[in-house]
Amino acid sequence: MIVEGKAVVIPGDDVDTDVMYPGAYLNVEDPQEMKQYLFDGYDPSLRDRLGPDSIVVTGRNFGLGSSREHVVQALVAWEVPAIVGRSFARIFRRNCVNLGLAIFEAPEAADAAHQGSSIRIDTEAGEIAVDGRRFATPPVAELVAELQAAGGLVPWTEERAR
Amino acid sequence: MVRCDVVMANDVSGPIAFRAMEKMGVERVFDPERVVMVADHFAPAKDARSAELQRRLKEWSHEQGVTFYDQGRGGIEHTLLCEEGWIRPGMVIAGGDSHTCTYGALGAFGTGLGSTDIAACLALGEFWQAVPSTIRVELTGEKQPFVTGKDVILAVIGELGVGGATNAVLEFVGEGARALSVDERLAVSNMAVEAGAETGLFPPDDTVIDYLRDRKSRVQGTVPRELGSDEDAVFTQTLEIDLDRLPPLVALPHLPGNVVPIAEATGAKVDQVYIGNCSNGTMTDLRQTAEVLRGRKVHPGCRAIVVPATQRIYREAMREGLLDLFVEAGASVSTPTCGACFGGHMGVLAAGERAVATTNRNFRGRMGSPDAEVCLANAYVAAAAAVAGELVHPADVLAGAPA
Ligand code: SF4
Repeated sequence: MIVEGKAVVIPGDDVDTDVMYPGAYLNVEDPQEMKQYLFDGYDPSLRDRLGPDSIVVTGRNFGLGSSREHVVQALVAWEVPAIVGRSFARIFRRNCVNLGLAIFEAPEAADAAHQGSSIRIDTEAGEIAVDGRRFATPPVAELVAELQAAGGLVPWTEERAR
Repeated sequence: MVRCDVVMANDVSGPIAFRAMEKMGVERVFDPERVVMVADHFAPAKDARSAELQRRLKEWSHEQGVTFYDQGRGGIEHTLLCEEGWIRPGMVIAGGDSHTCTYGALGAFGTGLGSTDIAACLALGEFWQAVPSTIRVELTGEKQPFVTGKDVILAVIGELGVGGATNAVLEFVGEGARALSVDERLAVSNMAVEAGAETGLFPPDDTVIDYLRDRKSRVQGTVPRELGSDEDAVFTQTLEIDLDRLPPLVALPHLPGNVVPIAEATGAKVDQVYIGNCSNGTMTDLRQTAEVLRGRKVHPGCRAIVVPATQRIYREAMREGLLDLFVEAGASVSTPTCGACFGGHMGVLAAGERAVATTNRNFRGRMGSPDAEVCLANAYVAAAAAVAGELVHPADVLAGAPA
């Protein structure tokens, strides 16, 4: 898989799912509506940068807190193809894998990226290039790789339940 | 893949999971006897939209033949599942809520998952999971007055940081761990996720066996599993907390790991006190609150909201006269609900307001406005703040004569 785009940097470490998607909107069910509330408690202007050619770049322990899938559903609804970060909270990372959003725990690549940096991810070559600087993609457990190859937990389970 | 003994979801995570299960092409749950749905987040329904979610939760549960706890018959999911006998030592519980780690208090591997994970659990009875590492937390010595399980876990999060236990399990051992009641263990395990942990385990002992003795087990045929770490287990980290020297603590805004002793936080004005939630809405917490509020009044500049975690606790508190005592003191008492804990309803904060809450998260905007502040503390500290209208050591409030 090759993904290319411009970096949308979410500044700071420990950015939690409550600021990204406040609890008051948890009764929303349509991802197209969830989109409009993403980053509401943090920096709503970040939404203007999201799209199919934006790669979200994060700090350490991104997505800590609540298991609310709304955050990842909203990112997917914005058609964000990939997320690269210094590190991720466990449930957040699971949600990305499950919903087919490519996620890379690559601290050096994340540190190298600035707002608007050009990022090119080549999973076959195992490489993330940030403004031309190359970094290795992190190793991934077998089952996670299988889930990612299937496009997420929904198609994977569909296949198994058949 | 890991087999689940119980799968649980609520009015927020459930309906999204049901839709994902449909997309997976699966019509029936793997085993209706092992599935529980709880309406607690926006219950009693805050608006028509929330009512719709709860209606779907109820209808889906009836269609699938799974257990459903509606308002008036349940309460906050984690406290409820423990007291209703759904949790036994050695079980694996997949919950569509990050605080599913609470079940570690009873020696079970409870872990929080997102809705799509829950959909797969409903469909197949399994979730994907790597073997976590273990961080051992040894509790030595004896708790001092006004110190509770809440302070133990705040100390751990303060030490490890909010991501320090990612991909790990916390295991609580030592004389200090064994001396904690089940209610206090619930508070400790509940916040394991605030350090990033998958769960927070207490090896089951007589305290747990006693707690379970009068509870009918709701699930038969649990897969037997090893309880507690082996003799030769390897720990990635060992932490020692000396209870003899642990003061009441406060987590200051806006991270649960931003922990200081109460002495360093006194004097800050408090607009609202919130006593409740899945970590600290138990009888133990309500009794601690009552110790402070008995014969005293909530400060005129402050409001206090008390939320018993479940109907059973609500009723027991009523029988003990605690609810009357709270109302007499000028606090409002709510029906069991997640309510304002997650900023949903029933007591959210305005910009510029500060709350002291016995809840588990003080992220920016967690309880309402992003410009409000939440301080996390135990029930003694929260109740004392309600009386003083500011953060204060509970001993100072109790030293003053009741009004
Ligand atoms: S009480 Fe708060 S933390 Fe607990 S389940 Fe409800 S919303 Fe989550």
